Amino acid sequence: MGWHLRVGRRRRLLWQEYLFGYLFILPWLAGFFLWTLGPMLASFVLTFTQWDVLTSPQWAGLENWRRLVQDPLVGVSLLNTAYYTFIGGPLHLLVALSAALALNLPVRGIRVYRTVYYLPTITPVVASTLLWMWIFNPDFGLLNYFLNLLGLPGRRWLFDPVWAKPALIIMSLWGFGNQMVIFLAGLQGIPAELYEAAAIDGAGRWQRFWHVTVPMLTPVIFFNLIVGFIASFQVFTIAFIATGGGPQNSTLFAMLYLYRNAFEYFRMGYGATLAWVLFAIILLFTLLQFRTAGRWVYYEGQIK
Amino acid sequence: MTQSRLLSPVVLPRSQRLVRTIRRSMGAFIAHAFLLPIGVFLLIPFAWMVSTSLKEKGREFVWPPQFIPDPIVWANYPSALTYMPFHLFFRNTLIITVLATIGTLLTASLAGYSFARLRFPLRDFWFMVLLSTLMLPYIVTLIPTFILFTALGWVDTFLPLIVPYWFGGSPFYVFLFRQFFLTIPYELEEAARVDGASYLRIWWQIMLPLSGPVIATVTIFSFIHHWNDFFGPLIYLNSLENRTLSIGLRGFQSLYQSEWNLLMAASTVVIAPVIVLFFAAQRYFMRGIVTTGFGGR
Repeated sequence: MGWHLRVGRRRRLLWQEYLFGYLFILPWLAGFFLWTLGPMLASFVLTFTQWDVLTSPQWAGLENWRRLVQDPLVGVSLLNTAYYTFIGGPLHLLVALSAALALNLPVRGIRVYRTVYYLPTITPVVASTLLWMWIFNPDFGLLNYFLNLLGLPGRRWLFDPVWAKPALIIMSLWGFGNQMVIFLAGLQGIPAELYEAAAIDGAGRWQRFWHVTVPMLTPVIFFNLIVGFIASFQVFTIAFIATGGGPQNSTLFAMLYLYRNAFEYFRMGYGATLAWVLFAIILLFTLLQFRTAGRWVYYEGQIK
Repeated sequence: MTQSRLLSPVVLPRSQRLVRTIRRSMGAFIAHAFLLPIGVFLLIPFAWMVSTSLKEKGREFVWPPQFIPDPIVWANYPSALTYMPFHLFFRNTLIITVLATIGTLLTASLAGYSFARLRFPLRDFWFMVLLSTLMLPYIVTLIPTFILFTALGWVDTFLPLIVPYWFGGSPFYVFLFRQFFLTIPYELEEAARVDGASYLRIWWQIMLPLSGPVIATVTIFSFIHHWNDFFGPLIYLNSLENRTLSIGLRGFQSLYQSEWNLLMAASTVVIAPVIVLFFAAQRYFMRGIVTTGFGGR
């Protein structure tokens, strides 16, 4: 009799836990369907329509896809995006990692350094882009002044089709702070016992770095790599403000081209098509990175 | 034995101790020699911005560049601020940022608590879904979301920039909250459960008060994100009186393209509040980031 009661009570508690479990994730779950899954599917359907938002949508079949293949600016914008991602991405990672390693040193005033290194990252992008446009100014800019001091020739930077993309990469490198902070958290999460054990085994500083720090940090490197690449693929604001895609379309990135089509020319269907192409490329690339992860990412507690 | 060797300082002969001290200060010296120049290098653009913002019209084009403006023109600030209603932009940005951040904190911590502590069917599945949306490029949802908000008549209101954040904020914040809640000992809740406290109450009265660092981290991340957001306001806000600081600054740029002193004054005004906030909260921020430690698990 008592036993039955307890089972009943237990079951009720279990149901209560289920109920509240779902209730608490409900905002996120509803958001997932409303702002993520729903729109994702809708944008795929949109690729088969022509729609200017004002009038009702027209079924267009494969028209958008046909147009995409013939549009020379699609190739240009994808190549520009690839340049920015594959050169800027690894540089970003390297700078952020080096900074995090330095900021993990036990020296006096390290807090001040950490704050200073993070400042560029919290700067509103529009403001920092304006600031860098002024620094890159070919005639009165600070950068060319310093280059001249070093005996190097100045560049036309944002006005030169060859130098515009590197200029934007330099601009974005200034804000390496988010990746840096994540690296820093990873570094602080490495247990001190591991270093002590390695030191007792006679490992020098360099060996400890290669055999303790690096393997323990690979999950964080992997995370930053993936998230960093996804963000780079969608670069928009700095080019929108600083160059507007020019000169000669040299900074016309995929996202910028998408924005123009969707929000300036009101071609929602074509915009969605461009979005899906970029999405497919990003997805493919992310999956590729996951495929290689097993070879170099080390997870604690994983049996090899 | 190794334990005790690690814990108690090893007594060394004096000469060796001296070598060790020298080595340590050499190390500190090298660290500073690396950290300091980079720090200065990172700050130069800010200094240049403030310097330019105080220059007399036309003096910003003096070559070689003048680092300390002569004369110092404070009036650039009032003029930049009156050319456009920056006080309105400031108010708008603040409203959006505060409301979106509150929504984020409430719903992300609630979901984080559920994922960390409650057991329910498919929990791990949903958590995997959450993690994978972390890697979802926003472009793929952009256009339909815009169409949805257009259909709702929300364009040129703050709603599209606030309401979505009352739905879990961002998966990254849910993740941060979950990771932090996992580090809180179970015993505290057990006691409350025995006393018959509901899950909602445990979340509100036990978990949240213990979560200072992660709340600080998420608040700062979210605050910076919304304060600096450009793309959202760009597509959703049209009229002048609805603009945020970022969009206002962009509008300012298209009107006063080559008046760099005014542009830099306006930029300084836009940047200053975030920097002040960050300085005030950076201790909690770094601690939050570190204790949440995404390295593990």
